Amino acid sequence: MNGQEEDLLSEITGSDYKYGFTTNIEQEFAPIGLDESTIHFISQKKNEPEWMLQWRLNAFAKWKKMQEPEWANVQYPRVDYQSISYYAAPKKKDKLQSLDEVDPTLIDTFNKLGIPLEEQKILAGVAVDAVIDSVSIKTTFKEKLAEAGVIFCAISEAIREHPELIKKYLGMVVPANDNFFASLNSAVFSDGSFVYVPKNTRCPMELSTYFRINAQNTGQFERTLIIADEGAYVSYLEGCTAPMRDENQLHAAVVELVALKDAEIKYSTVQNWYPGDKNGKGGIYNFVTKRGICKGANSKISWTQVETGSAITWKYPSVLLTGDNSIGEFYSVAVTNHHQQADTGTKMIHVGRNTKSRIVSKGISAGKSQNSYRGLVKVMNRADGARNYSQCDSLLIGDACGAHTFPYLEIDNQTANIEHEASTSKIGEDILFYCNQRGIDNEEATAMIVNGFSREVLDMLPMEFAVEAKKLLAISLEGSVG
Amino acid sequence: MLQIQNLHASVQGNEILKGINLEIKPGEVHAIMGPNGSGKSTLASVLAGRNDYEVGTGSVRYMGKDLLDMDIETRSREGIFLAFQYPVEIPGVSNTNFMKACVSAHRKHLGLEALKPNEFLKMIREKAALVDLDPKFLHRSVNEGFSGGEKKRNEIFQMAMLNPKLAIMDETDSGLDIDALKVVARGVNALRNSDNAFLVITHYQRLLEYIVPDYVHVLYNGRMVKTGGKELALELEEKGYDWIKEPQTAV
Repeated sequence: MNGQEEDLLSEITGSDYKYGFTTNIEQEFAPIGLDESTIHFISQKKNEPEWMLQWRLNAFAKWKKMQEPEWANVQYPRVDYQSISYYAAPKKKDKLQSLDEVDPTLIDTFNKLGIPLEEQKILAGVAVDAVIDSVSIKTTFKEKLAEAGVIFCAISEAIREHPELIKKYLGMVVPANDNFFASLNSAVFSDGSFVYVPKNTRCPMELSTYFRINAQNTGQFERTLIIADEGAYVSYLEGCTAPMRDENQLHAAVVELVALKDAEIKYSTVQNWYPGDKNGKGGIYNFVTKRGICKGANSKISWTQVETGSAITWKYPSVLLTGDNSIGEFYSVAVTNHHQQADTGTKMIHVGRNTKSRIVSKGISAGKSQNSYRGLVKVMNRADGARNYSQCDSLLIGDACGAHTFPYLEIDNQTANIEHEASTSKIGEDILFYCNQRGIDNEEATAMIVNGFSREVLDMLPMEFAVEAKKLLAISLEGSVG
Repeated sequence: MLQIQNLHASVQGNEILKGINLEIKPGEVHAIMGPNGSGKSTLASVLAGRNDYEVGTGSVRYMGKDLLDMDIETRSREGIFLAFQYPVEIPGVSNTNFMKACVSAHRKHLGLEALKPNEFLKMIREKAALVDLDPKFLHRSVNEGFSGGEKKRNEIFQMAMLNPKLAIMDETDSGLDIDALKVVARGVNALRNSDNAFLVITHYQRLLEYIVPDYVHVLYNGRMVKTGGKELALELEEKGYDWIKEPQTAV
């Protein structure tokens, strides 16, 4: 075992959710509740143009007519949408020109989170956008990216500075009436990241956004839009944390990816929202719509997610394969422990010819948690030669948890080639005894087995994040055996 | 090294071990033989610390300490190794990573620095050669898809990696053909020295032709009913177990 893994193991012994702190910064909020005036308030705070306000109001009108979905394999008391504040922002005086002007308390917060905002870490070569509650705090590396023609900024800024791109692409993949949570997001989203990579450009560095819910009684509704123009490539990573609070908090994000001809987008998520305590009290409701479109021929979108947090996860990063020969991938590790519930998976919609998709889902359930994989593979009638490979593996720890698999296949083309493999295994007493007898304790044995089980997915993450993800897996499963 | 006195153990209310006495000194090889259900594997499991067994009266001292007081992993780190009769498969964890975790845990317990990757690799190659384990096995998941013989050789390989003070071999010979048996025995003999000891549990004397014991004990119905030298194994082979099934006092 190398030193890094050694540190990892000593670190996981006896630690709890380590991002559970709150930051005392002065904040301003929207009044609690949701009606058209709330949307006016948000739009005004963001200095948005009139067309954006109308776009939101249109979404809100649709949302009001929609019902909260109940088909997912999760149970929770219904959210009271009138008891939440839809906008919270750290108070600031003027527009920030450099990192020096950021509130030191905020910098401290991001340091605690291990987020590379400060200069020496910037040298590590990852461009970061940090979103706390409803606003983007600071985007690093902007100038260097601008040289390559890459736009990486807060979406609120993009709405003001690049309206032509926003008008063209916002809602293209996830329309305002797509589903209950996406419509809500379309009405009230306050910030998020925007990326545009121009034609034949390889984004010179990893892009990354950290989302942080800090304020109490607020929801977080971020919106991310990434566009890779023809022949472009970008790798993007998001991480998320939240303080420990006794009440549940709502997070309803929308992420849209657009890959044009010959473009590739790699989107990785390490999701570690507060999962609630051991008895299931508190935690984030993570109701997220993520979808990409392989619009042009030979394009590729790859989702990788490591989901360890949230009380409830409802999330299906999907790919619409419209361009001929396009490729969609979904690699997922979802861990649930204690009373967490996850219903997650993907949709691969084959529209173009010779489109390919690959699904690798690893579900790990411990404690009294419920972990469901839900996946749709749909092949439309003109999608000649479509191919899909799906693999869904479940690992159970203990005997009070549940693992469920809901694969759906809708095939309208006889030339399609679909493969599905599934397995269920258990970290049983006999494996633990074997490891113990060789000197390995239960925590370490579990971490080792879970990392082995998830390796195929972890290998897809950019390296520095794979290390973080491994740690997270171990921490999330602490105390689940023995 | 090991003193077992009047050890009783039961599983789900059934007493399996009914007063075992045994003393093992460094440098010795003890064989325990006996018919099915006599308690051989139970003794191995109790010494390793498996939770399924309730230990009743009796005591076990190991290197001057109360063995029954230690948790399973501490026993291992203090030098007790059990070669399993049915080695467990661990999907997704390569043999190399598994051994890295085992060796690190042991070294940490002994206050030693973790091995450098090249030292570790050298060690792993050496020990694999000892039992003719093809290096490609090292990259495969622990015991997954291994044949019976490969699993047993892997046990001896792990034993060599951890260099135990007291190695307990639970029917390591079961399911092995004669060539595999010789390989296993060669590995064990290479590890023997004046500081360590072996407790070899077996049905058949065949293994004992290759791993020559200093003492042979016969376990029957939860008690040691006879103890002798290596010739006792031959006698058992010839006569079967019936002649010792009359209750006797342990020697």
